Amino acid sequence: MPLIKIRDLHFYRGDRAIFDGVNIDIHRGKITAIMGPSGTGKTTLLRLIGGQLRPDSGTIEVDGQDVHKLSHAGLYELRKRMGMLFQSGALLTDISVFDNVAFPLREHTDLPESMIRDLVLMKLQAVGLRNARDLMPAELSGGMARRVALARAVTLDPMMVMYDEPFTGQDPISMGTIVNLIHRLNDAMGLTSIIVSHDVMETTEIADVIYLLSAGKVIESGSPVQLRRSSSQWVQQFIQGLPDGPVPFHFPGVDFADDLLSSEVSA
Amino acid sequence: MIDFIRSLGRWGLDTLQRLGSGHLFLWYMVKGIPEVLLRFSLVIQQLQSVGVRSVMIILVSGLFVGMVLGLQGYNTLVDFGAEESLGVLVSLSLVRELGPVVSALLFAGRAGSALTAEIGLMKSTEQLSGMEMMAVDPIRRIIAPRFVAGIISMPLLAAIFSAVGIFGGFIVGYGLLGVDDGAFWSQMQVKTDWYDDVLNGVIKSIVFGVVVTWIALFEGYDASPTSEGVGRATTRTVVHSAFAILGLDFVLTALMFGEI
Repeated sequence: MPLIKIRDLHFYRGDRAIFDGVNIDIHRGKITAIMGPSGTGKTTLLRLIGGQLRPDSGTIEVDGQDVHKLSHAGLYELRKRMGMLFQSGALLTDISVFDNVAFPLREHTDLPESMIRDLVLMKLQAVGLRNARDLMPAELSGGMARRVALARAVTLDPMMVMYDEPFTGQDPISMGTIVNLIHRLNDAMGLTSIIVSHDVMETTEIADVIYLLSAGKVIESGSPVQLRRSSSQWVQQFIQGLPDGPVPFHFPGVDFADDLLSSEVSA
Repeated sequence: MIDFIRSLGRWGLDTLQRLGSGHLFLWYMVKGIPEVLLRFSLVIQQLQSVGVRSVMIILVSGLFVGMVLGLQGYNTLVDFGAEESLGVLVSLSLVRELGPVVSALLFAGRAGSALTAEIGLMKSTEQLSGMEMMAVDPIRRIIAPRFVAGIISMPLLAAIFSAVGIFGGFIVGYGLLGVDDGAFWSQMQVKTDWYDDVLNGVIKSIVFGVVVTWIALFEGYDASPTSEGVGRATTRTVVHSAFAILGLDFVLTALMFGEI
């Protein structure tokens, strides 16, 4: 049975359908990637799974529980077993790296401070930032902030971690580090990982299963190898990063020749 | 014409929706208070930033307001040979009105705007969202302690304002204008009533504390998560707080001192 089961998901922003009947299964222990062009609602999907948004129709089950039928307390209990890495890191800016990683432990457990220290140092060691524990978030580079946020996301030993665009805006070394970390943590901690991304290279390197989303629907799904062999032109355009194809280079509208010949002058 | 009616309708609906969510927000904050009182260290941190850091502006403003009251009051009273009542005039003006009202206006400008900007920025940098995903309710962990700190700080700041103001009035009256100091203090003691004047002033400042902190926190929580959105929310906090303070002051004064 999959850890996350999304069935017939519909979600609208105003009149615009972000999801229009999406079905996704996310299996335990696997790294599943949700990919698609910017603006297809990949981050929205993570927020729906985390119960921060409500779908207009359809269901999302996490570990057998329908996320949107849970009570407030039930949802918060479930979230203790979910980790999430935000694109910005979302570290608390007024406390140090150590206190950020210790934050979930201090909020949810009564562990003595000495044990919290050991646990935090173990998590920071795993992301290579044990010696940066006294720095403030403002003193960290983007890559370091994301690694601290990753340490914090796994502090409570969750069953799954959701990564929101983990590779965006990283230099090649940080990118390599994060790719490696996601892979290692998934295997070592027996996690289930969901990566939302549009970085094809890095994602295909570590993902077991990829779902490609566009215009509110799943266009294609399968292993990276299966996707590379897909006969769909749209999939090929996305995977190879071609500038023109089924997704046009030009924003749709009036034909160029007609536009030049028209006498309309904008004020 | 139809456009006008349509935009009026939209404005009405938006206002109603904001009012509704503002009140729901208040309800969630109030529900979080018992938990906050059990973890009082969270409130103490906020008392420092909301209350203690507002003391300087309150001290300086209170002193000058009191001194001006002394000068103006003396000029009026001396025509009637009643300059010895300066102490009463200064103390009643401050304790009943100026203390709670001016300190609340200053509090909205100093602490309210800072609260809105802080919460708005926490929202725009996804810190609140991140907290929700760590199963920590931001309303209980971040908002409620600030709310409690605001309610505790406001009457204390108003009391400091009034005390320093009375002292300012005394400096001017006794030191500059030669009012008899015995008369200044004794008339003040006789004519200022503990319940009618002081307690009513304290009640006013508690009400202002609740309203200003509520507005500031809600505006921050409801701000659109952009730098422009946070800026607009901060301005709204100061403007709405000022309206609320002055409007409520009239209502409270009518209830407490008016013969209606």
